[in-house]
Amino acid sequence: MSDRLKIFLLLAPALTAIIVLFMGGLGIGLARSLNYMPVIGLVDPNFDAYVTVFTSQEFYLSFLLTLHISVTSTVLSSILAIGAALLLRRQFIGRAIINFLFQLNLTVPHLVGAIGILYLFSQSGSFARLAAEWGMISRPGDFPALVFDPYAIGIILQYVWKEVPFIGVILLANMQALGEDYESVARSLGANRWQAFRHVLLPLIFPGLLSASVMVFAFTFGAYEIPAILGPNYPAALPVLAYRKYTDVDLEARPEAMAMAIVIALLSALMIFLYVRISRRNIRS
Amino acid sequence: MQNDSPWLRAFRGLAGAVLIVWLVLPLIPLAIWSFARGWFFPDILPKQWTLSAWEYALSDRAGVIDSLGLTIGISLAATVLSILVGVPAGRALGLYKFRGKELIELLILAPTIVPGIAVALGIHSVFITLGLNNTVGGVVLVHLVPTLPYMVLVMSGIFANYDPAFESQARSLGASWLKTFWYVTFPAILPGIIVGGLFAFLVSWSQYILTLLIGGGRVVTLPLLLFNFATSGRNDITGAIGIVYILPGIIILILTARHLSGRNGAVGGFGRI
Repeated sequence: MSDRLKIFLLLAPALTAIIVLFMGGLGIGLARSLNYMPVIGLVDPNFDAYVTVFTSQEFYLSFLLTLHISVTSTVLSSILAIGAALLLRRQFIGRAIINFLFQLNLTVPHLVGAIGILYLFSQSGSFARLAAEWGMISRPGDFPALVFDPYAIGIILQYVWKEVPFIGVILLANMQALGEDYESVARSLGANRWQAFRHVLLPLIFPGLLSASVMVFAFTFGAYEIPAILGPNYPAALPVLAYRKYTDVDLEARPEAMAMAIVIALLSALMIFLYVRISRRNIRS
Repeated sequence: MQNDSPWLRAFRGLAGAVLIVWLVLPLIPLAIWSFARGWFFPDILPKQWTLSAWEYALSDRAGVIDSLGLTIGISLAATVLSILVGVPAGRALGLYKFRGKELIELLILAPTIVPGIAVALGIHSVFITLGLNNTVGGVVLVHLVPTLPYMVLVMSGIFANYDPAFESQARSLGASWLKTFWYVTFPAILPGIIVGGLFAFLVSWSQYILTLLIGGGRVVTLPLLLFNFATSGRNDITGAIGIVYILPGIIILILTARHLSGRNGAVGGFGRI
């Protein structure tokens, strides 16, 4: 058997699955967003759904909220994860516990984390009760709104909780594979701690950090259940808005939902492209 | 670097302590709520403790046990499917160089960077014509979309460090294809199958929107049940179901912990995207 045939046969099942399910899903979504469905006699594609999407104020507000959630969560999680990985490289009391908790956290679904954050930070949650105990507030309404709030603080807290261990585990694996020789050389040549980190370690762990944080960005941009539990009702995060349109009793809204899904995919791709370009330029220079 | 100052060590200890507290904190109110009876503001702890949420959650009428079985079944099926489809693909990408390889890698990894909702609405339309909506089989298939990339990623990392010459040696010594696979290939790639399978299981285990859309509310996995109780304000039952929902992941983690240490090449495979 030739190598070409072997490669083709090995890849065939995975490619079939991805092309039918993933590309098929995107393709049908695109066709329906253009109101093109020959099966039921719709043969004249049009851009009506996109016009509706791009002329509604709610869409822009939702987009800004979602962008804010994704950028803030990704940047915060990445920075904290670098710190955590640097910490876990060293021998200290509690290291084994944190290592275990990191892996444990990876197994906990986002939905559970969202409910936990809700019970901690809502206006009648654990922190509000502690504030009342210490006489800082007298009624639940006095506690600052950290969930269902316009700044999406609860959502971001949940993502930071889940994604710091995710990025941290990947970075730690990279750091352990690298060892400390490169930094030791830099230190012995007179670099200080910061310089050794910034110009030696960071560029070395950068590919791992970039791919992990791109995954985080895409996830936070497209996740449904976390903003559905912790987010404001208006403007809702884009995925929540798309799902609402899709399940609207008015079937006319379906092409609009499909258009929104396609726009989410395109925006996510665009953001990731920009993010990769900007961070490559800043880290590699 | 052994010359760390005491201040730096103290800072590390403090940062470590904060991290430990923050990592467990969101799970604590869930656990307390599951044993609480009417835990109102401003009580720090419930005035009365009860097992009634657990009694309800574990009773037949709540459907939690059925849902747990269904969720385990769906995630196991999705994991087995992504192992069967993902291991060969990982072999092709890890062992061979060929034209168009980068494009195929991009295609296989695309589901990890394209938001699920964007694909899910379209798949829902595809599945209507195939009659797969509202079925367990349809849900298992759709879970392949987010699980497969992780499986292929881990396996291509494993195969990149794998020497296929051992297989030809076994073959030249008269071993059959099956024996060669069983005694040579399989033991060498087993750590990858365990780690990739674990990722796939956990990714499938935490799916919400794909199951909701394709299952059409008929395939009620644990996250769907949990979401319903959480949004209807039954915090005590939500707490109990939440604990039931995270236990299998913790058990699997403890069973596979030795495969997940930072030294396992499979985890580092993420740097290769």
